[in-house]
Amino acid sequence: MHVEEKLTAETFPASPEKATLEGKNKFLGFWLFLGGETVLFASLFATYLALRDKTAGGPSAEELFRMPLVFVATMLLLTSSLTSVYAIYHMKNFDFKKMQLWFGVTVLLGAGFLGLEIFEFNEYVREGHVFTKSAFASSFYTLVGTHGAHVAFGLLWIVTLMIRNAKRGLNLYNAPKFYVASLYWHFIDVVWVFIFTVVYLMGMVG
Amino acid sequence: MSTVARKKSLIWDYLTTVDHKKIAILYLIAGGFFFLVGGLEALFIRIQLAKPNNDFLVGGLYNQVLTMHGTTMIFLAAMPLVFAMMNAVVPIQIGARDVAFPFLNALGFWLFFFGGVFLNLSWFLGGAPDAGWTSYASLSLESPGHGIDFYVLGLQISGFGTLIGGINFLVTIINMRAPGMTYMRMPMFTWATFVTSALILFAFPPLTVGLIFMMMDRLFGGNFYNPAGGGNTIIWEHLFWIFGHPEVYILVLPAFGIFSEIFATFSKKRLFGYSSMVFATVLIGFLGFMVWAHHMFTVGMGPIANAIFAVATMAIAVPTGIKIFNWLFTMWGGNIRFTTPMLYAVAFIPSFVMGGVTGVMNAAAAADYQYHDSYFVVAHFHYVIVGGVVFALLAGAHYWWPKMFGKMLNETLGKITFWLFFTGFHLTFFIQHFLGLMGMPRRVFTYLPGQGFETGNLISTVGAFFMAAATIVLLVNVVITTAKGQKAEADAWGDGRTLEWAVASPPPEYNFAQTPLVRGLDAFWIEKMEGKKGLTPAEPLGDIHMPNSSILPFVISLGLFIAAFGFMYRTEHSWGLAVGIIGLLITLGSMFLRSVIDDHGFHIHKEEVLEAEKGVKA
Amino acid sequence: MANQTNTGNPNVDLAYRRKKNAEEMKHQVISFVLMIALTLVAFFAVGYDQFSHWFSVPFILLLAVVQVAFQLYYFMHMSHKGHELPSLFLYGGVLVAFLTVWAFMTVVWW
Repeated sequence: MHVEEKLTAETFPASPEKATLEGKNKFLGFWLFLGGETVLFASLFATYLALRDKTAGGPSAEELFRMPLVFVATMLLLTSSLTSVYAIYHMKNFDFKKMQLWFGVTVLLGAGFLGLEIFEFNEYVREGHVFTKSAFASSFYTLVGTHGAHVAFGLLWIVTLMIRNAKRGLNLYNAPKFYVASLYWHFIDVVWVFIFTVVYLMGMVG
Repeated sequence: MSTVARKKSLIWDYLTTVDHKKIAILYLIAGGFFFLVGGLEALFIRIQLAKPNNDFLVGGLYNQVLTMHGTTMIFLAAMPLVFAMMNAVVPIQIGARDVAFPFLNALGFWLFFFGGVFLNLSWFLGGAPDAGWTSYASLSLESPGHGIDFYVLGLQISGFGTLIGGINFLVTIINMRAPGMTYMRMPMFTWATFVTSALILFAFPPLTVGLIFMMMDRLFGGNFYNPAGGGNTIIWEHLFWIFGHPEVYILVLPAFGIFSEIFATFSKKRLFGYSSMVFATVLIGFLGFMVWAHHMFTVGMGPIANAIFAVATMAIAVPTGIKIFNWLFTMWGGNIRFTTPMLYAVAFIPSFVMGGVTGVMNAAAAADYQYHDSYFVVAHFHYVIVGGVVFALLAGAHYWWPKMFGKMLNETLGKITFWLFFTGFHLTFFIQHFLGLMGMPRRVFTYLPGQGFETGNLISTVGAFFMAAATIVLLVNVVITTAKGQKAEADAWGDGRTLEWAVASPPPEYNFAQTPLVRGLDAFWIEKMEGKKGLTPAEPLGDIHMPNSSILPFVISLGLFIAAFGFMYRTEHSWGLAVGIIGLLITLGSMFLRSVIDDHGFHIHKEEVLEAEKGVKA
Repeated sequence: MANQTNTGNPNVDLAYRRKKNAEEMKHQVISFVLMIALTLVAFFAVGYDQFSHWFSVPFILLLAVVQVAFQLYYFMHMSHKGHELPSLFLYGGVLVAFLTVWAFMTVVWW
């Protein structure tokens, strides 16, 4: 299938992201990258687990974390994962406008998550929990901050795709790009599940 | 060679190429250059240690030369040269026209290159890193000046390049094999590349994280490794070795792959025990992740941890032994031709085995308390790295030189290089086993007389000069060959078994005019044995789709190079932060351009392909 | 199960494909509801004072693993055909990840 072919709902393949060699390569390459990211985040988690008691006189996890805020942030991110699934569902149905809509909702929810996190970090800094304070602080900010940076990058990525392709609709050149961006977005949620469990929930019970 | 005139200067061509064959040459030149730099550093070390209380190179400066020798050789010489071989050979061996992501392939090279240049600029900007190639946290956090920062940032940039390369080869091998090439029909070098790439994928992230922590602690006030803030210095060691042990398998598995090709070709006999070779390679890769703490036996993890890692380490000797026997059985009953590559291969067997058995000695945790930090360890790892990896790189360079450059390296000079290098290698490192056992510690810039170390060190230094001479002969060989070397056929050695020997030397831009149909293991050999001149095609002749070249990989890497300087100098110079941000913007901006500008490649038309193929056959 | 028809054949019944996609989307929504439930249970388990942390920590970790399985197998389609190698490499990463975390929890402080 030629990559810039004008397709219709009937001729659009069932798995458009894998209908070209380039698409297959991107699909596989990205999953492999996620395997590597798993190890990257595991190293960050492992270090956090080793250092989470070393507060060097600064505030501890139990004193700092606000569960209601974390819960709301979690709900936002989890819902954004679902909305990105919706977007890909519409992509497979060759419904470009609905796909854009649901990616847009995803971006809004993701931005909400990021906003809450920035607010949260601000509060912590006011309470004396700064990166340079202790090993706990350094490892907390690096782990949760790296995740946040991934969220920010993901938002930029999806917005760029949406704007770039707004005028030309779906084809076999951009379908893999949208698919891979959504895989990335799901992975960010996977990491967050472990962050809220290991950092926040375990932070409250010790 | 496309006959459409490419109006590019040679320099611009190489700056913007995404062709795996040209990228291989770039890796070969850059890796070769850094090999010379690392070799010079080695020579300086050996000159200093030739006699007790020498003052040629002392104290902190010696520590810098020592650190850079190890760091340069592993990261900037061995790894790129391995990548050179992989790039030159693997896509053609699987019947493909390029790797899965040609743009990323170029990016991987330029990231390595700029990381390497950044690291070596430290020599001119206040001093090189001086805490060993392992840069343990307690020492490196205290290291004054920016040496360690050059290490951290340089390796971080290079490391991204390697990770990208690893993913590229995995996808290439999984998705782009020619029709008929099942996994169990892939050449051993391709299998080695496959497993190595998986190791790269999983081993480099811990290094990335460790380096980030080191950068945080040194440049941004972090407390990861600093006990004063509650940090733990052992965390660096774990992260470094969780990377570092798979790293040595990343180096040696391709070496094994190269030798598998060479043994079969120059015994004129198929590789013995192909399935078990594949299995052994995968097993070594897998076990390679389970043994890292054998570098930390004396740290105090306790007897249970030490025992687990000791046993796991010894287990790796088993699949490695399987490979050694398979190579020997390949030679047995074969029609052996002692070409230069074959000389290296035959010399590799006893040399690497010697390194392997001292490895098992080191693996016994209790014994390691005596060997650790002594020259015994230095002897061990040089035996496996030089006897394994360097021999393979020299062998592979000779073996695939005609394929890459269209000319045969001179055999006589090649053999002289071999004998000089082989002699020098054993002179230098064999005696170091005994120096270590007699108590000489490693990483010392001098020793006192009267301890029995003088003779051993002198012999060791003489060996280094033999290896230097060998290298000079090799360089002469390269220059003479480039000027007026013997032209090479497609099947340059006459006994080629794998697909790369079926295409011209050097191959046309598109590798194969028609994707071949692979009918079994040693695909080209099968066709030759049936009397065919070339490969059976799997598709009709048609237009060939090729990727566009681009300057963006170079620019992306340059941006990170600039950013590294900015962030490193930000506390001493007001321009630091601005330069850092500008660098990042250059990188991100280029990535953005890459994303939004459509790139569909171009086509080489059928008529041009026919012209090119006619020229080849003439 | 749905969307295994990667034939590229433009004549495959559009209505059939639409139906399969819709069915799969329903499964996704059910997964999402379960994931929310798992999250709620985890938060409550930690909030409830009567549970000792020897119970709640392994429990919430188990809930996390289950939720991640839903994310991987449903949202990211790892249960579909054509995901054998992605699964292999993801689990490879998980293995190295597990070793790293285990090491840091046992042989970093003593």
